[in-house]
Amino acid sequence: MSDSAVFFLIQILNAVQYGLLLFLVASGLTLIFGIMGIINLAHGSFYMIGAYLAFFFADATGNLWLAILIAVPLSFVFGLLLETFLFRFLYARDHLYQVLLTYGLILVFEELRGLIVGNDVHGVPVPHLLDFSIPLTATLSYPAYRLALSVICLGVASLLYLLIQKTRLGMAIRAGSINREMVQSLGIDIGMVYRLVFAIGVTLAAFAGMLAAPTTSVFPGMGNQVLIICFVTVVIGGIGSIRGAFLGAMLIGLVDTFGAVYAPRFSGMLVYMLMAAVLIWRPAGLFGRATAR
Amino acid sequence: MSRRPVLLGLGLAALIALPFFAGKYDLDLTTKIMIMAMFALSLDLLVGFAGMVSLGHAAFFGVGAYSLYLMSPEYGAASLFVSLPVAIISAGLVALVIGLLVLRSSGVYFIMVTLAFGEMFYYYAMGARWLGGSDGAYIYQRPAAPIDLGKGHAFYYLVLIFLVATYTLLRVILGAPFGRALRGIRGNEHRMRSLGFATPRYKLLAFVIAGALAGLAGYFDAAQFGVVNPELFDWRLSGSVLMMVILGGMGTLDGPIIGAIVLVSLENFLGDLTTHWLLPMGLFIIGAVLLLPHGLTDPAALWRAFREKRHA
Repeated sequence: MSDSAVFFLIQILNAVQYGLLLFLVASGLTLIFGIMGIINLAHGSFYMIGAYLAFFFADATGNLWLAILIAVPLSFVFGLLLETFLFRFLYARDHLYQVLLTYGLILVFEELRGLIVGNDVHGVPVPHLLDFSIPLTATLSYPAYRLALSVICLGVASLLYLLIQKTRLGMAIRAGSINREMVQSLGIDIGMVYRLVFAIGVTLAAFAGMLAAPTTSVFPGMGNQVLIICFVTVVIGGIGSIRGAFLGAMLIGLVDTFGAVYAPRFSGMLVYMLMAAVLIWRPAGLFGRATAR
Repeated sequence: MSRRPVLLGLGLAALIALPFFAGKYDLDLTTKIMIMAMFALSLDLLVGFAGMVSLGHAAFFGVGAYSLYLMSPEYGAASLFVSLPVAIISAGLVALVIGLLVLRSSGVYFIMVTLAFGEMFYYYAMGARWLGGSDGAYIYQRPAAPIDLGKGHAFYYLVLIFLVATYTLLRVILGAPFGRALRGIRGNEHRMRSLGFATPRYKLLAFVIAGALAGLAGYFDAAQFGVVNPELFDWRLSGSVLMMVILGGMGTLDGPIIGAIVLVSLENFLGDLTTHWLLPMGLFIIGAVLLLPHGLTDPAALWRAFREKRHA
């Protein structure tokens, strides 16, 4: 293959990797909205917390995989606790108050992060096993970790699909998003379903943060950056739709990656232009229900 | 209800008299509160009266502020009579373009889309060299006016005049048929449309007015502190001003002013106490949302809620 074709391939791989990572975060956001009707601004913070947990445990154990193995259950429990003690009280409230409470939550998380680990940028080393690049031509190569990252994300996305489409819990989740009372009267503990969904959403975002930590390093404000792009993803895909989140994330991955190469002057603006175009064409997003709640 | 004009008059008299016995620090703080009150009032037109929850309102604040920066010659002063209208019109025009896009959505979509468009400005300003990039830029002199705004209490009174003007303008607008139509849309947009109101046009006009007034507040912010930076566009500011509206009680014109007083004072107090002031601020916001569903201006509702809880 010629160098330019390989260069193109590398951009495609980058776009897919970014899109998949974005999907993990956005799927949690859209799941939580679609099922509980909660708009959660603090979702980016879960990504940030995941990255810092990976940094902390990788530093302590010297192994990123071990760190992830410890941090994933921690994130899940954290999600359960948050739902039980805070978010549960928001289901019946107007979106306005959900926005404000989760906004307050971001301030708390960011300050706690500053108090505990400070405001420095930290690097997380790539695991030894994957710390090499795959040579593609004489001059171009692709880092193995990024490739592995895409594979892991695809695996998680498939698991999520199976969970929602093929399990009893998935059935309760899908039913609960349509008619909460009906599910409850059929004897399913909808409170428990909500708690699990919320914890799954938190874990997905945190897991994405852990995976991203070696490629982007760990820094203050990483949560907000992701949150905004996630909102764009969900608006493009349609709120509450997992398929939409996947398509939106992939589109953003492509636009952002190729924009940075071919139109660097506008690269930061392109995703917003994409969002504007989708809003003009389909105001409820690509896979949105005709009437947004 | 009959006490309100008296209280408003007393408040205004206190603000007019304040420079005669307060120090510079308190006057600067009061000026900042008045600017934020203006900003909160503009957002209340959207949130409280038209039912549109915008999380990107800081974008227009930032456009107003950066307008002053772009109009000011280096180390010189921009003319107040030119730069102030330019700032208001620029913010209004930007609101028109953004409004045409975001008003295609509603409800929770509207929240997300306004947030995303607001952040677009933030990230653009971070990278734009002609706007000073992430460090921002300085405005070395206050705008030039017949009275020197850099000396004495001229700037304080100018801001006070515009706060009163903003309040009066909104009162007039909301008392007019336009305001009643907006409230109707907030209650039930379908009904208003079936009554023959072109609701999208009403909403767009409200969005443009709110954006222009936010630009006015941003202009004064830049003039007061002599500096612009991308933070002016940031959604933290949008969130903070939304908090002022809710805390004071949305859908009233006194509420946003009370909210601005409470929140800016609290920020100031906590900021003096600790560098990690956002932590208690965040906890305060969470507590306020959980415990004060109707804002600070309706303590009776708070008391009722408290009693119901006890009897439950």
